[in-house]
Amino acid sequence: MKRKVKHAFFPVALVLLAVLGPFILEPFDLVNLSAFSAMAIAALGLAFVWGTLGILNLGHSVFFGLGAYAYAIAVFNLGDSTLAALIGIALPVAFSLVLGYFLFFSRLGDVYLGVITLCVTLIFYSFMTSTADPSFHIGPVPLGGFNGITAVPSLNMPGDPQAFLSTEATFSICLLALAGAYILLSFLRSSDAGRIMTAIRESELRSELLGYDIRFYKLVGFAVSAAIGGLGGALYTAVMGYVSPNVFDLPQASQFVLWVIAGGLGAFVGPVVASFGFQLLSSQLGANQVFNTELIFGATIILFVMLAPQGLQPMLLGLSSLKFPNRFGILRRKEESA
Amino acid sequence: MDSFVMLCFAVVNSIALLALISLGLAVIFGMMRVINFAHGEFIMLGGYATVIANHAGVNLWLSMLVVAPMVVALIGAVAERLIVRRLYGHLVTTMLATWGLSLFLIGAVTAIFGNTTMGVSAPLGNIPIGAYSIGAYQLLLIGITALLVVGSLLALHWTKYGLIARAAMQNSEMSATLGINCDRVYAVTFIVGAAISGLAGALLAPISGVLPHMGAAYVARAFVTVISGGGALIAGLLSAATILGPVEAMLSYFATPVVGQASLLLLAVIILRLFPTGVSSLWTGGR
Repeated sequence: MKRKVKHAFFPVALVLLAVLGPFILEPFDLVNLSAFSAMAIAALGLAFVWGTLGILNLGHSVFFGLGAYAYAIAVFNLGDSTLAALIGIALPVAFSLVLGYFLFFSRLGDVYLGVITLCVTLIFYSFMTSTADPSFHIGPVPLGGFNGITAVPSLNMPGDPQAFLSTEATFSICLLALAGAYILLSFLRSSDAGRIMTAIRESELRSELLGYDIRFYKLVGFAVSAAIGGLGGALYTAVMGYVSPNVFDLPQASQFVLWVIAGGLGAFVGPVVASFGFQLLSSQLGANQVFNTELIFGATIILFVMLAPQGLQPMLLGLSSLKFPNRFGILRRKEESA
Repeated sequence: MDSFVMLCFAVVNSIALLALISLGLAVIFGMMRVINFAHGEFIMLGGYATVIANHAGVNLWLSMLVVAPMVVALIGAVAERLIVRRLYGHLVTTMLATWGLSLFLIGAVTAIFGNTTMGVSAPLGNIPIGAYSIGAYQLLLIGITALLVVGSLLALHWTKYGLIARAAMQNSEMSATLGINCDRVYAVTFIVGAAISGLAGALLAPISGVLPHMGAAYVARAFVTVISGGGALIAGLLSAATILGPVEAMLSYFATPVVGQASLLLLAVIILRLFPTGVSSLWTGGR
């Protein structure tokens, strides 16, 4: 219980920012921060499935991208953004259940999971870039190939498609959604099911011998992360007003993984903070065109993996010696059971 | 009739292509159980080495068959020394680190050469078959791939180094006890794998051109082939390529290349559902 209270400051801070932000920040910053939070929500999905359940999903951007595309297509077809956002959650979940069935019921190891999920992203990328032909359309919406779908309507009042929400309201919704995702995943992690998931991360064999169906728990955890990832994608499209195949490309996939490694595997606050930090950094670098983002991402991933594999949150809080008995933390422990 | 011959050619070509782009990865993964996510970028670097050497006046064959493998072997050696060597035994960590390397290399090449396609023209001419024609270079590519695969098989099973390498791969502690320098065996294996990837990239440069992001197009197919092949290094690779290649060729022929690639992944996922340790587990008993 003590642990929960200690970490309650984070959602409270997010809610405070959601309420006060519109009064103190410029509209430009509000839009930026809304987009950052949408990405951070998706990162939480990965932090959960990887940090709690030990599933290495290098293609988490599939769920983000599917949510983004599903929202864009649904909002054009339906007009109402609330239902579209729900579809943006439902489609990635459906996809995760199908993919997860094959992955987890084949009992594939970590490395295979990582490789296959990354391949799925790359295939989606090449598929979406090849849809430039007008014959690729869903309802009135052409998929648009490399250019993607543009001028996507932003969020509106539920049930009233004409009443678009202001920048300020969208900002508050994004931050509240982030706080909500954080609270939901924290509760899930400390629930009975979450404890079983943690046990599976620690030792699949032991959990199985205790009578738990690890395949089922993995599938459920995968679907939860897909739902959170899809929500992030849907919000991102709503904020930015466009979606392109780039949501499926390598830099996008690497961002989520980088934030989770950098923030701390097994942590939630760290990945969110890391996602805001790195997005701020890369938007600065990108605006100045100083460095190539892939170069930076790549170098940072290498540095974190080699030098600070536990990530920032456990390192800064001095928990590393308590929670991770060896230098490689979860990264290492998984292999011993594999 | 002519179109049937063309389809057969496309099938064989597709099998050879899969084997060619996967061989370097299979050597590293099969021998060392190290997932090299920078594989696609090693291919890309091989392509760049060829094009740049050729533009600098080096004979095309020389730059393809000698310069490119050597350049990529050198880069592989540096990567092995700086990154991979420190992480042996940490499968996931190695995978993440090589993924970082992959992005780093893409970024570095983009920064140096720009995000444009460079190329060399395909040598040799065309061989007419009825109303169609086949590039003679593509036939040569199939031949070279066959040579490479057979060569690797012979090197693994008939040479002393192959024996040592297989021993180090099966039980590194035991081999170390017997006086084998496993670190060196691993280093050499990684460098050989990198060189083969570089050669693959060099051979592909005339047909596909080179650009910084080209690795992504190959890496998914290479991984899918190696993973669905399973434990037996060359046999697994060949059997997986033989199953996946025709499917990809057919669907690319009758639909689009993207559908072909997607079907490749779908098929691999189904194969892994049926044989979680790859098709080669059929005759190795699931090892």
